[in-house]
Amino acid sequence: MSYLVLDRISKRFGGFSALSNISLSVERGTARAVLGENGAGKTTLMNVLFGLYRPTEGSIQIDGKAVSFRSPADAIINGVGMIHQHMHLAEALTVTENIVLGLGGLHSPLNLRRHSAKIAALSERYGLAVEPDQPVWKLPIGMRQRVEILKMLYRGAKILVLDEPTSVLAPNEIDSFLERVKALRDDGTTILFVTHKLDEVMRIADAVSVMRHGQLVAERDIGHTDVRQLSRLMVGRDVEPVRIPRLAAPGDPVLECVDLVARGERGLTALDRVSLTIRQGEILGVAGIDGNGQSELAEIICGLRKPESGSIRAGAAEITGLGVSARMRGSRIGFVPEDRHGTGLVLDHSIATNFVLRSFRRRPVSRLGLINARFIAEQARRMMKRYDVRSRSPAQPARELSGGNQQKIILAREIEAGPEILIVMQATKGLDVGAIEFVQRKILEARDRGVAVLYISTELEHVAEVADRIAVMHRGRFTGEVLPGQATAEHIGLLMSGLSVGEQR
Amino acid sequence: MSFLPDISLIAVLLASGVRLATPIGFAALGGVLAERSGVYNVGLEGMMLWGAFGAAAGTYLTGSPVAGLVAGVLLGAVAGLLLALLCVGLAVNQLVAGIAINLLCAGLTAFLARALFGLAGGGTAVSGFASLPVPYLSGLPLIGTALFNQDPLVYMLPVLVAVVTICLYRTQAGLRLRAAGESPRAADSAGVNVTAVRYVSLALSGAFAAAGGCHLVLCQVYIFSEGMSAGKGFIALAAIILGRWHPVGAVVAALFFGLCDALQLQLQFSNPLVPYQIFLILPFAASLVALVWFNKGARQPAATGMVFDREAR
Repeated sequence: MSYLVLDRISKRFGGFSALSNISLSVERGTARAVLGENGAGKTTLMNVLFGLYRPTEGSIQIDGKAVSFRSPADAIINGVGMIHQHMHLAEALTVTENIVLGLGGLHSPLNLRRHSAKIAALSERYGLAVEPDQPVWKLPIGMRQRVEILKMLYRGAKILVLDEPTSVLAPNEIDSFLERVKALRDDGTTILFVTHKLDEVMRIADAVSVMRHGQLVAERDIGHTDVRQLSRLMVGRDVEPVRIPRLAAPGDPVLECVDLVARGERGLTALDRVSLTIRQGEILGVAGIDGNGQSELAEIICGLRKPESGSIRAGAAEITGLGVSARMRGSRIGFVPEDRHGTGLVLDHSIATNFVLRSFRRRPVSRLGLINARFIAEQARRMMKRYDVRSRSPAQPARELSGGNQQKIILAREIEAGPEILIVMQATKGLDVGAIEFVQRKILEARDRGVAVLYISTELEHVAEVADRIAVMHRGRFTGEVLPGQATAEHIGLLMSGLSVGEQR
Repeated sequence: MSFLPDISLIAVLLASGVRLATPIGFAALGGVLAERSGVYNVGLEGMMLWGAFGAAAGTYLTGSPVAGLVAGVLLGAVAGLLLALLCVGLAVNQLVAGIAINLLCAGLTAFLARALFGLAGGGTAVSGFASLPVPYLSGLPLIGTALFNQDPLVYMLPVLVAVVTICLYRTQAGLRLRAAGESPRAADSAGVNVTAVRYVSLALSGAFAAAGGCHLVLCQVYIFSEGMSAGKGFIALAAIILGRWHPVGAVVAALFFGLCDALQLQLQFSNPLVPYQIFLILPFAASLVALVWFNKGARQPAATGMVFDREAR
């Protein structure tokens, strides 16, 4: 009998079936990859295993014993630990406090010093370096992840669930991270490794389970499969990257930023003298790990945030002092924000209303201060057709659509406004392959019409697919600029983690 | 109108300041517990009133102020649990739930007070706690009366502040409470029962606020009157922010507001020609000014005010 058995697990949210009838068995001390696209149900399955979701049907056995988890506390008692993609740490508390949280009796004194020493020993043993007395918000993201792992090991986790653990790491951090995970496995820990990255599966897993649309579609031993086969199993068809050959060479500079300086949420420097130029009909890609100043850069160019110093020119005009609406009207800046739900859409409003968020004050959308409902409905129908937004009707609230369709609404609104400059942030994040292809195609078409595009994304492969040049950001600075196709992922990875090429490791 | 403040006047001012600060301090301490666990307790005002009524009723029925204190504190804990039921159990908006508690307590205490003490305008006086001078220390100049010739509840407050501070920062229970307010998701996935933590915190919060109300009745005026909390619960909310969500800070801020109150009373007496309402503004104006002045860098617990739903997507 296998060590961990998930038996015919199903999970429904209201009418939506997130998991249907999934069975999975994993041997003790092995690493199992759970592979699938975004939305395939991988994380939902793991949340069931960790007691975060109650399964609608099905059961779990560990070491031959049936278990039922009402909460993570139950899962932890039974030796299951989970490292979430978006880390579950209290940022204001220290590393040690986060690790000992929930351990021991209620009135037991904390005795942080004794715990600190034990944590240090554990971190030494597995090569997971952390700073026990620092508050978590001060730590780099890679270290936060190590804190999460230590937190679970400290609770005696025998089964470690890692949910997309590498998505927050720079390429060169990934190597050492995977080594640590292998060491844990060799030490007898059972690993469940959730990912959509094929190379990681091949490197770390003993076997792989492939999920699609909430179902388990295949299971393979690593020795009996390869990347091409797994890719086909994951997507359900062969994928070809989008490539639209450019029609014309880039023209005159349209957007020029000089020496932008900005502070972030906690008063730390978010942008440190960033300068960039984008020409007509050119896409500048910005690669980098989340939180290295990309959001601040985009917001400053759109006028949502004031720089401490520096200047922005759009065409011939200085726009540094202008507000958001002046920039959108005068210099025609379009913005596809990273926070689709909070900044990009009014979720509870209709698709049609969301299309006119930029233009409702002007003719023909409104006249003499009155909204022209008929025009808005007609325009919505036109735009939905052109941008392939799939829904019941233009009156449907944006909240009810899938992420891909939501993104298409934003993209349609911003591109059809006819901008000279288009700022696009995380355009493809969380979308399925079909939607990614569509979004990229629309952006490339805009480029061919002469729009200057700033394409900011943490997904390096997508930046490389559309950008003419790639600037790499780290800690609020550009650490280098490369041409796609001429730089290896490793080289870009080093730039992402702030090392210049000369000082490799 | 000008006067040179002499020592004895200042000593009197300090003594009455400390006494007036005590109810605010109890409520602020309760508020810190609630907000540190992730729930705004806007109902402090109502819970205080509820505690005051409980103290009066308990003492009236048994003749013992100790029984009154126990009754008031228990009623406060019940009000805290009601708030927990509303905004933790039923996920009602926390501000709305708090305001509902305030309205409920105002109406219910007024009704019950008339039922119990009769309609006689002055109400019914009850016995209370006398001041207990500490030998030798109460004779100290300037601060002797203020700190060492007070009632038992005044002495209890610093003790409770110390206990709460130690529990909050030095025990597993306190760590869980703080984690529930900073990141309930992190606490939950570390095996902490966030719901239970918040219920307990709110029960304690209500008990503390009610103890403040008990002080009003049992140590200050020996009678219950409608609406006698008179905004002290709301000043306690300001004291929490001013004290940076720390038990010691909140009670020190409460002391500041108490001194302002004492000063305005003093000014009322010494300036009988000026309409007294002018001076009544002082503690509230002070809280506004202090909040604006000290607001920089204040950071409330990250998850306060938000409903935690494990399966939220």
